[in-house]
Amino acid sequence: MTDARHSRSLTAALLAPAGVFLFFLLVLPLAVMVIYSFGLRAPEGGYQAAFTFDNYLNLPARSKAFTNTLLLAPLATLLTVLLAYPMAYFLAVRTSSRWRNTLLVMVMAPFWTSQLLRYYAWMMILGSKGIPGWLAWIGIGDVQLLNTPYAILIGGVYGYLPLMVPPIFVSLEKLDKRLLEASADLGARPLATFMQVTLPLSLPGVATGSMLVFILLMGDYILPQFLGGGKVYFIGNALVDLFLQSRNWPFGAAVSVALVFIMFITMYLYMRFVLGRGDQRRAVMV
Amino acid sequence: MRIYAVLIYIFLYFPIMLIVGFSFNAGRYAMSWQGFSLAWYGKAFSNPLILQALGTSLLIAFTTANLSAIIGTMTALGLERVRGRTRQIYDALLYIAIMVPGIVIGISTLIAFVTLFGMVNPILQSAWNIKIEMGVWTVIAAHVLFNLAVVCFLVRARLTGMDRSLVEASEDLYASPWGTFRQVVLPLLMPSILAGLLLSFTFSFEDFIITFFVAGPNVTLPIYVFSSIRRGVTPEINAVGTVVLMTSLILLFAAQFILQRSIKQTTRSPLENVKPL
Repeated sequence: MTDARHSRSLTAALLAPAGVFLFFLLVLPLAVMVIYSFGLRAPEGGYQAAFTFDNYLNLPARSKAFTNTLLLAPLATLLTVLLAYPMAYFLAVRTSSRWRNTLLVMVMAPFWTSQLLRYYAWMMILGSKGIPGWLAWIGIGDVQLLNTPYAILIGGVYGYLPLMVPPIFVSLEKLDKRLLEASADLGARPLATFMQVTLPLSLPGVATGSMLVFILLMGDYILPQFLGGGKVYFIGNALVDLFLQSRNWPFGAAVSVALVFIMFITMYLYMRFVLGRGDQRRAVMV
Repeated sequence: MRIYAVLIYIFLYFPIMLIVGFSFNAGRYAMSWQGFSLAWYGKAFSNPLILQALGTSLLIAFTTANLSAIIGTMTALGLERVRGRTRQIYDALLYIAIMVPGIVIGISTLIAFVTLFGMVNPILQSAWNIKIEMGVWTVIAAHVLFNLAVVCFLVRARLTGMDRSLVEASEDLYASPWGTFRQVVLPLLMPSILAGLLLSFTFSFEDFIITFFVAGPNVTLPIYVFSSIRRGVTPEINAVGTVVLMTSLILLFAAQFILQRSIKQTTRSPLENVKPL
């Protein structure tokens, strides 16, 4: 009896600190943000209590940010998949197990280094003294890359490739090699085996990676800030502007809620159609 | 295939190498090489603004990493002991903490804190003449939220792979619950905790967007770097950047080495049947 009570209070003590953090820094702030999104901008900026849907009805005022984000983020995700798949295949199938993990970590490592500095490097590479300068030197003049959608796509692929490879790698690595042998024994050519066996079985990994990358791209700020230079901007840039420049907090809150809403739909679709079918849960963790 | 892989590695590391390369540039303009020099390192590390920002960043990262490691591990252990509703809620919230983008965490934390301070400060001010403001502690709090979830996931992956018979053996040998924890469970979890600690440190040290919103008047190294890039770059940034990039790469490979070695050790042991991470 006392033992059970002791054990229960130990559990509570173990879980309490995380509970405090999750409540005060996640649940409460998100709730406050939802409440703000129905409010009014105070005359001097900030928030004034009210209940109105105006902020949501006003969302089209930032439609450029939404369309940029919702066009470029999926496109960059798709390009990342196309580049990541052969890399994951190489790591999972063509490397010796001795080096496999080291090689995989080398792919992932850049993601954990400073995003600011990596995109700053791309500002130099895509800037007038970088690739356009080299192209002009061989006679192809007047190429502009920085501050165009192309720069965002290149940066997006660069930034999130390290995150796309591991889930695809996991799904390819645990693929039962006997299936491939069976397919070959039944007379399928390598390409047919790949298209009919390998690719379909690795799709859950592709979906996991795509969801991760798509969600992170949608919330990105530094990528469009540095490589889009204010000309091609995302929802994240609109948010920083709304909160720190024009100080229209209620409208900014509505934009954030819309962003989180799109993310939850993405996650829901993913869970419904991917997790529902096979156990890929472990692949979610990088 | 192999050529493709090499090209991908070049693609991934060329920009990083570019920053390292230009940190040794004698000239002050990006992308035009003027000869080798260490001058920018000297300039960077005698710049009081950079040193102060570095100090603030180290303080934040160090505190965040330790708090996250402790709280994340506690949470993982606690969640092992519960079923049902509590566990589902924690799982969902920890997942959301990882998935919600930094910018939303930053903004919502900012408005929640500003609102909270607006309500609490008049009371505090009239009673004790103090008031609470945004600062280093709000940055740490927001960073711990994300990182405790990361540590928790790493530790739980290890807990589920852990052989229960080791704990039972320890209990059969009359170890106290605390003794079992300290001498059996904790050493087994240590690699995950250490890896989580290093990852938390790197994340916190390099975070820009959350810090940008909740730091108040404090300047961390990423904020300093961001504003100098915006103002038009000073080459000092390459020197600072090189140090930052190399430190985080070393910490990451250390984290990986610790995890990797622990997997090898435990799979070698005949007592266990550990599923590696």
